[in-house]
Amino acid sequence: MSQDHSLNPETMPAEPEKATLEGKNKFFGLWFFLGGETVLFASLFGTYLALKNSTAGGPTSNDLFGLELVFLMTILLLTSSLTSVYAMYHMKNNEFKKMQLWLGITALLGLGFLACEIYEFAHYITDYGFTFRSSAFGSAFYTLVSFHGGHVIFGLSWLIALMVRNAKRGLNLYNAPKFNTFSLYWHFIDVVWVFIFTVVYLMGKVV
Amino acid sequence: MSIAATQKRGFGTVLWDYLTTVDHKKIAHLYLFGGGFFFLLGGLEALFIRIQLITPENDFLSAGLYNEMITMHGTTMIFLAAMPLLLGLMNAVMPLQIGARDVAFPFLNSLGLWLFMFGGILLNLSWFLGGAPDSGWTSYAPLSIQSPGHGVDFYVLGLQIAGAGTLIGGINFLATVVTMRAPGMTYMRMPLFTWATFITSVLILFAFPALTVGLFLLMFDRMFGSAFFDVALGGNTIIWQHLFWIFGHPEVYILILPAFGLFSDIFSTFSRKRLFGYTAMVFATMLIAFLGFMVWAHHMFTVGLGPVANSIFAIATMAIAVPTGIKIFNWLATMWGGSIKINSAMLWSLGFIPTFTIGGMTGVMLGSSVADYQYHDTYFVVAHFHYVIVGGTVFGILAGLHYWWPKMFGRILHEGMGKFTFWVFMIGFHLTFFIQHFLGLMGMPRRYWVFLEDQGLDLGNLISTIGAFLMAIAVIVFLYNVVHTAIKGDKAPADPYDGRTLEWTTASPPAHYNFKQLPLVRGLDPLWIEKTEGKGKMTPAEPLGDIHMPNGSILPFIMSLGFFIAGIGFIFQVDHSAWLIAVYVGMAIAIGCMLIRSLKDDHGHHIHKEELEREAD
Amino acid sequence: MTENTSTNKINSFQKQKNKDEMKKQVITFVLMIAFTIVAFAIVGTGIMQKMFVIPLLLILALVQVGFQFYYFMHLKDKGHEMPATMIYGGMWAALLTIVTLSVIAWW
Repeated sequence: MSQDHSLNPETMPAEPEKATLEGKNKFFGLWFFLGGETVLFASLFGTYLALKNSTAGGPTSNDLFGLELVFLMTILLLTSSLTSVYAMYHMKNNEFKKMQLWLGITALLGLGFLACEIYEFAHYITDYGFTFRSSAFGSAFYTLVSFHGGHVIFGLSWLIALMVRNAKRGLNLYNAPKFNTFSLYWHFIDVVWVFIFTVVYLMGKVV
Repeated sequence: MSIAATQKRGFGTVLWDYLTTVDHKKIAHLYLFGGGFFFLLGGLEALFIRIQLITPENDFLSAGLYNEMITMHGTTMIFLAAMPLLLGLMNAVMPLQIGARDVAFPFLNSLGLWLFMFGGILLNLSWFLGGAPDSGWTSYAPLSIQSPGHGVDFYVLGLQIAGAGTLIGGINFLATVVTMRAPGMTYMRMPLFTWATFITSVLILFAFPALTVGLFLLMFDRMFGSAFFDVALGGNTIIWQHLFWIFGHPEVYILILPAFGLFSDIFSTFSRKRLFGYTAMVFATMLIAFLGFMVWAHHMFTVGLGPVANSIFAIATMAIAVPTGIKIFNWLATMWGGSIKINSAMLWSLGFIPTFTIGGMTGVMLGSSVADYQYHDTYFVVAHFHYVIVGGTVFGILAGLHYWWPKMFGRILHEGMGKFTFWVFMIGFHLTFFIQHFLGLMGMPRRYWVFLEDQGLDLGNLISTIGAFLMAIAVIVFLYNVVHTAIKGDKAPADPYDGRTLEWTTASPPAHYNFKQLPLVRGLDPLWIEKTEGKGKMTPAEPLGDIHMPNGSILPFIMSLGFFIAGIGFIFQVDHSAWLIAVYVGMAIAIGCMLIRSLKDDHGHHIHKEELEREAD
Repeated sequence: MTENTSTNKINSFQKQKNKDEMKKQVITFVLMIAFTIVAFAIVGTGIMQKMFVIPLLLILALVQVGFQFYYFMHLKDKGHEMPATMIYGGMWAALLTIVTLSVIAWW
């Protein structure tokens, strides 16, 4: 149980994230949690689909959405998914500095995504008067997209806490599973976004 | 770690120990305590309901208070009594049955417990803070949107917090079963109760998120002016019904499957036979869980979903009778030709079979969507779900408590009182609910606070109330039994029933590391295998070595307290925005605890080999 | 525990394996971006009828999600049987929920 010692290439197992029982537990626990999250988002998607035409005379999805911004957000988030894959690649090769670098890029891309989302919401509210309270469509739209945004915020806080906490001590068998579970969670956020841009934005533009 | 040492410690130390514990056995004690407390509350509410209905046009309770009673009775019994009691049994037994030293996430286990506790307290505080929720345990919109006061807000926040706890508990059990089985304990060698725990956890994992979302929508509508259920702005109240029952129907299988599991263990132990059709039992459990996800709309037959949707859900509903029937016959076949020993645990199990079968039959009747228009919202439905939930889950919990009491508390419950409890409860139960089938068929609607004289309902309701009091007497005797046993009960040996599974290889109660050396499992019913081969105890799978155990922590308690404070804030910020301070403070506490947990390394501790050698077997 | 499970060092075999894996992931990423562009392009230009666009968009999304799960999240690797079971279970429950709410919530 030399969990506390930093790893060096001599003692590096092939899959540091699953080398300990704790690591394995975290790995399975997070996956199972994602199974539950699938249903959580499905309930939100279902609600959105049921209410997407309930505009109560207000703006419709076709009036509101602009594809340029959504495309930018999609690219940002998809790329951040790839950068976190790079981070895990360097983790498996025990290159801590490079891993931190890629995680840093992931965080920046995530922040960029979040900034776009805030801009988008502000745009709808100020330019269209389209709010959470204006119609059932508004409630469903903001709830679904903000639940995803909330997941992004949580993921970013998690990532930053991890990076700061471990900045000085390098990779070990205690923190490798934590980085790995974060990356799984981050990919899942991306999965949800794929459905959001497809179902909410693209299908909302198809009349 | 012996009991003598525990007794010498002061009250403060014991309290602190329980507040900070991450030991699954102590968490089980807390679940049983909390669930038991809420069970008594829910029972009291049931008695008030029955007193109100003892005569026609009674005025024991006002109409409003009656609505609060039925709402809180249902909500408390389902979320705060039945589920925590089952989670308590799972916590106490499942890790022992798979030969594990603890669960996968001891910290989260404790967090789940405290979230349940604080959620339950929050919900029940409503009685003192302006009135309890009063729109039924299903809290249908728009009734729940229109309900004045804060009652429904307490429902939303209380269940949200308690539900999060349950979800965490479910994930923890899943990971435990997947990663922590002892060497040789393959999936198909797990006892049925462990299987039931696993599959129940799957159901929790997929069902609770729907409730989470439903509660959020209700919360947003009630507190933040959104329009999900506001028809004027295009909302749709049927969404709530769907989300609630997408959660709600799997929920009834969450309640019944653990009971199925523990009955299987009890039947096999006290028949001294291997469970008949083990594989069929496992797959029947899976099939019930699978089908259980596709039948929720049978609660909504009269909503008007149309004949196609109704037919699909009716057929799926009736299909569940098949795996359930497989189980009933396998239990009967397990007992057939066995050398049966009848004690109180076995009595509850035997009582369960006919009782649950009656509930199952009325279930098929209700599943027929055409006939359901007649039964819907009458006492027939009330009778049906009490037959399955009391006859299945409550009987199961009591059977499990009698069966595992020695393992959990080191003493054997008094047999005479146990049998008395069973008979009085059994008779009381059937008196209360059998007659309600007929009250329902005669047209008595549920949830009404009075009924009129001379409509043929008087005698039936009187009998029903008498039965409820018999159940109350049985519960009081059981409580007396618990106290009596704690003071004067016989010390339990490790294996009081000539058991078959791994929990009986540990001391009663087990050392906090459960197994000094992990056992080597050589088949189904591992202890029985060793007994039949003349050894009588497990072969260790590892040499004696240091044992790694998790550290206790107060953080789960404080974190749950934080959510509790935030919950209060959310409820009252509607009245005055100063209450938002409570939201911020509560969330800050909770998030702060998460951050501490995240940033502070916790490697657990080791129990050293020398220490283990010193402790006698 | 660490000592027994570890290889003596990250040998060149392991390193090569990680590298090959990374190459696959980059290809996956390129495909995902391509799919995204296609999806946005057909909606942005409006060259297709609604009847075709919506199923096509859903198929593109599903394939992308499959890439995420199987390549980025390694669901294809050994030891992922249980996670796959739970994800598929979740998707089944998700599908039922979504179909219900979009088909029989209004009538």
